[in-house]
Formats: sequence, C-alpha cells, structure tokens
Amino acid sequence: MSHKVVIPIGPYHPLQEEPEFFRLYVEGERVVDIDIVIGYNHRGIEELSEHKHFDQVAYLVERICGICSTSHPFAYVNAIEDLAHIQVPERALYIRTIIAEMERIHSHLLWLGLAGHFIGYNTLWMWAWRYREPILDCFEMICGNRNHYAMMKPGGVRRDILNEHISPLKKTLDEISRATDMFYGAVVDDPVIKARLKGVGILTKEQARNWCVVGPTARASGIDIDVRRDDPYGAYDRVSFNVPTEQEGDIFAKTVVRLKELYESIRIIRQCLDKMPKGEIEIKIKEIPAGEGIGRVEAPRGECFHYVRSDGTNRPIRHKIRAPSYMNVASNKIAAVGGTISDAAITLAAVDPCYCCTERCSVIRKEDNQRILTGWELIKLSQEKTEKLKKEIGFKDVI
Amino acid sequence: MKLVFNYLVFPGFLFSAVVGLFSGWFDRKLTARIQWRKGPPWYQNFLDILKLFSKEVIIPTQAKFTFFISPFVGLCAVVIVSTMLGRVLLDPSESFIGDLIVLVYLLVIPAIALILGASSSGNPLAAVGASREMKLILGYELPFILSILTLIIKTGAIKLEAILNHQMVYGSHIASFSGVIAFLVTLLCIQAKLGAVPFDISEAEQEIMAGTLIEYSGPLLALFKLTRAILLYIMPLFLTILFIGKDISFKFLFLKYIGLITLIILLKNTNPRLKIEQAIKFFWGPVSFLACVSVILALRGW
Repeated sequence: MSHKVVIPIGPYHPLQEEPEFFRLYVEGERVVDIDIVIGYNHRGIEELSEHKHFDQVAYLVERICGICSTSHPFAYVNAIEDLAHIQVPERALYIRTIIAEMERIHSHLLWLGLAGHFIGYNTLWMWAWRYREPILDCFEMICGNRNHYAMMKPGGVRRDILNEHISPLKKTLDEISRATDMFYGAVVDDPVIKARLKGVGILTKEQARNWCVVGPTARASGIDIDVRRDDPYGAYDRVSFNVPTEQEGDIFAKTVVRLKELYESIRIIRQCLDKMPKGEIEIKIKEIPAGEGIGRVEAPRGECFHYVRSDGTNRPIRHKIRAPSYMNVASNKIAAVGGTISDAAITLAAVDPCYCCTERCSVIRKEDNQRILTGWELIKLSQEKTEKLKKEIGFKDVI
Repeated sequence: MKLVFNYLVFPGFLFSAVVGLFSGWFDRKLTARIQWRKGPPWYQNFLDILKLFSKEVIIPTQAKFTFFISPFVGLCAVVIVSTMLGRVLLDPSESFIGDLIVLVYLLVIPAIALILGASSSGNPLAAVGASREMKLILGYELPFILSILTLIIKTGAIKLEAILNHQMVYGSHIASFSGVIAFLVTLLCIQAKLGAVPFDISEAEQEIMAGTLIEYSGPLLALFKLTRAILLYIMPLFLTILFIGKDISFKFLFLKYIGLITLIILLKNTNPRLKIEQAIKFFWGPVSFLACVSVILALRGW
C-alpha cells in the first residue's frame, strides 16, 4: 500500500478522554506524518485571572488541570511571593513540598496505568490505579479532597498537616514503596513490555533539546534538568534527592524515569515529614506591591511556569502560564513519525500529555484549514468586529 | 428433525450460545478479580446481547452487501463446529472421516467473516483492522495446522472418533512429548483465534478503536459478539477433545473446560498487546519451530 490514509485520533480521544486531535497519515501500518491540533477546550484562564483578586487566582489556576492541580497554584504562589518578596514560614514550605510530591506519586501512577492500558495491558492499568487510591485517600485526609487540594495560598498554606496524619501517611508511603518495587519488576523485566516499548518513539538528546521538552520526557532523553534541584523552591533545598535520567529517549526510558521518580518522591516526603519544624503555616499579606514575579515548579510533567505582573491593585494585570505539556506534546511530531500505528498510540501518551493545561486559543476556518492566531491578529479581529457592530447599530464616533 | 434440533438447540446454537455467554461472564468476572475489580453479575452478557438485539440496524452508506451478510456467515460456521463437537462427544460414532479437516476449515471462517465485514464497511480504521486480522490468520494458521498434523500422525486417522479412541486406549495426547508441545502451540493459536490479548491486534481499541468492528452496531454487532462467545466455548472444548480427551465424562469435561478457559484468561491478563509484526514473527518463528519439532517427535513415535 502506498497511498496515504488518514487515521484520526480525536477530536475526542477515545482513551485519554480529552479533546485533542491527532491526524495520523499512514501508509499501511507506518505513520509518515502527523498533525497535532489542540485548542478545543480553551477557557481563557489567563484572561479570567486578570479579573480576579490575588487570593482567588490560586483557586482558579488549580482548576487548569485535575491531575497536576497543585503544581499550578504552587507556581502561582511562588510568583506572587517573588513579586512581593514574601518570606513564607518554614513549615508551610515543607507542607507545600509534601503535597507536591504526593501529587507526583499519584500522577506517575496514573500515567503508568494509562501506559499499560495503551499497550493493551489492562491488568497493569488496574493495579497501578489501585495503588494510587491510598495516596488519594491521604489527600482526602489532609485537605478534604481527593483532587483539587486547595492547599496553596499566597503567603503559606491553608491547612496544616496534623500529627495524627503523619503515621497513616508514612504507612501509605511504605505501601506505595512496595508497590513501586513490584511495578518496577513487572515492567522492567517483562519481555513483552520490553518488546513493545524499547526503541519505540525515540527522542534523541539533540531532538529533545531542539524541541525544548521538559520534565521526565527530557530526562529520559538524557537532558539532566529538574527545577527542584536547579532552582529550588519550597523545601527542596533542605532535602536530598536524586534526579534520575536515562539516555535512550524511548518510551521504555520514560517509564523507567517515572518509576525511579516515584522512589525519589517517597524519599522526599519521608525527609520532609521528619524535618518539618513546628510553627506558623501562613503569614498575612497586607498588599501586593506593583512589580512582576515568576514562579517555577517541577510539575509531574515538567517545568510549569507562571508570570504575574501587578500594578499595586488587588488583581494581577498580566498572568502568563506555560504548562509543561505545551512543550512536550509538540515533540510527538518527531517521536511518533516513522513508527507504526500501534507505536503511535503509546508514543502520543508517553509524554504524559495534559491537554487541559495546554489549551491555546485557535481559530478554525474552512479556507485556510486551521491556524493559531497571534495577539496582533486577535486585536485586528476585535477591531473589525467593533466596526461591524458600530455599523449595525448605527453608532457614530462623537469627537 | 433430530438434526434440526441438534443444530438449533442442543448441542448447537442455543446451548453453545448460552454456555459461551456464561464463559464470557466467567472471563469478565475472573479478569475483574485479577484486576482488583468487582466484576459484573452472571447475567450481564445476556443483557448485553439482548440490548444489542433491541437496537436498530445501522448500515453505513458506503457499505456493501457483505457488510450485512458476514456476521451470519461467522455465526453459522461456529454453530456448525459446536454441533459437530457436541455430537461427537455425545456419540463418537457420529464422527466421519475427515471431520477434523472440516473443523479446521470452519474455524477460520469467523475470522474471514470479520475481514469481509470490516473491509466492506468503508471505514479506514476497519481497513487497518482487516489487514491486521488477515496477517494474523497467515501467522497462526501454519502452526495450528502443524500441531493438528502432529495428532493425525500420532493417531493415524483424520477422524475425531479415532483421536478420542486413541486417547482412551493410550492415554491423553498431552502426556507425550510431542503432545505437550503441540498443546502449547495450539493454545497460543487459540488465543489468537479468540482475539484475546496479546493477539487482539485487529481490534486494538486503544489504537484503531475496535478496528474491524468499528462500524458494527445493534443486532449485527450482537451476532459478532455471539460468534465470539461461541468460539470461547468451542475452542477449549476442541482443545480438550484433541489433547486431554482420555476421560470425557461430563464431570471431567467440565473441569477440563474450566481449567483451559482459566489458562486462556490468565494468559490474556498477564500480557500487553503485541504489535502485528511481532505477532507474525512470533508465530512464524518460535511457535512454528515448536510445531515442527512436535511433528518430528510424533513421526519418531514420542
């Protein structure tokens, strides 16, 4: 077969259950090209956040994504504290770190399960998600919610980790640690999984650097970056941990990196629980001065970046968000082309994409098919529309 | 009249459909338990089929006539197989010379029906699924036929009755070297024939969204589901007759059936899906090699 057939994955993905659209151009089973279309779920979070006051924005950005729902507020409060030069109480830093690492555990287990599902290994899927449950229970115990923890606020955290929470949490960590041993053995030593994942969806170090990938996707390609170590925030400079990297850049390497990160997360939480000092968990902030601040957080999927500018009022005048998947999803263009359809399904999922984080405004037209508008084009569109409306209602400029 | 009863009720269509749907439930329940889930109640598969039959028939505009006819073809083939197997088990003298070959032929037909239906549906994903199914047939038929050849050599006849009689006298085929190898090979081929993981490549919901079945809905889909259910009943039964047919009293037959089906479900739940090239390599490489070894061993009388 030499003619190109289009295999659509999306616009509503049957498995990732998120709105995105991959157009796979295939010859027989081989993928020769791929179109990536995102932007079905644009919610205008940045714009919304400019209409809310600083305390509300933390809850808003929490709702960017359900899986990394503490990374965005964490990055946001980092940005605010950078802006206002706020010294957060020590205990709050530790609590933030614990919550962020618990999130990484549940997110990586979620990915492991999904990856299993994508290669048709439903038992792995169910088992990974079964061991994700205790962590979610711990979240519920600490902050009352399984997702959307609402722990972060500018100047500290909203809830304390009580003494009676610590021993169940430690017990859960032991359980997860044992489960990770099991998963590590089951995944790394399974010949069929190896046959499916080794050498598939390779992103070389060079390519990874050129496509600016972040997080486990970059670390699996041998790029040793991690915001937690390179630009410490929270309590990460007070604990010791390793940043696992692999050189191969294939999906197997990505799996191994994530599994090893589970161990590191468990280690970090244990250290935090032991070292956590007593004291206040927040300080009251009177006002946010004019200025700008940035916050970086190593989300489970990579670096999450928030930029906030304030003009001295009670709301940000600019809030810029860059989620890690925005960088990672684009790299599929390299990784998925050349493989088979079976490879593409798992390759597209291997960067642990989070589409709701990534959404950008896009305009789809019949004549030019699809394109992303620049800011200037949006202004022009809005001016045109204003003119049109003016004409319709017969409005005349009175100057 | 008796023949009609045989084909339509017992041990043909109705009986095998009921047993097959029960086996399907057993599969789902056991899978669920393996995966820390609760699993459906025993009547779930019956409800599913009933629901599908109550829906309207939707035929895509690009579809050809074969789209409509192929589910019936597949179902007829498995019903004939189940009737033949059942009649032989009830009364071995019902067997006729060459029935083994007929069975081997009939067992390919469900897969071919699937390919026919899928490729006439006009859907690109179904086309990919059909091409995968076709490659898979090419893969597993060779070792399957070779392992059946092993039995023919050992028994010296192409007749189910002869195979059963031989095992009654000399013990089950699985007790010999060539028999155990041929058994393993057949088990793997059956996994592929059932479209179970790791060989559910033609349906691969995560890649091509049910592939071959993507355009089917309602009663036509129900027919395919019934075909699959009956296959799940006849495949272990066929395997029992061929390899562990020493004692075919009802009690032992039932135990063997449950044992085999459990084995199939376990295989299914402890493996990820292979890619189509890998599956073909697997069948043409190690599996065919094993099948050849079993044929040679059988020729030498082991």
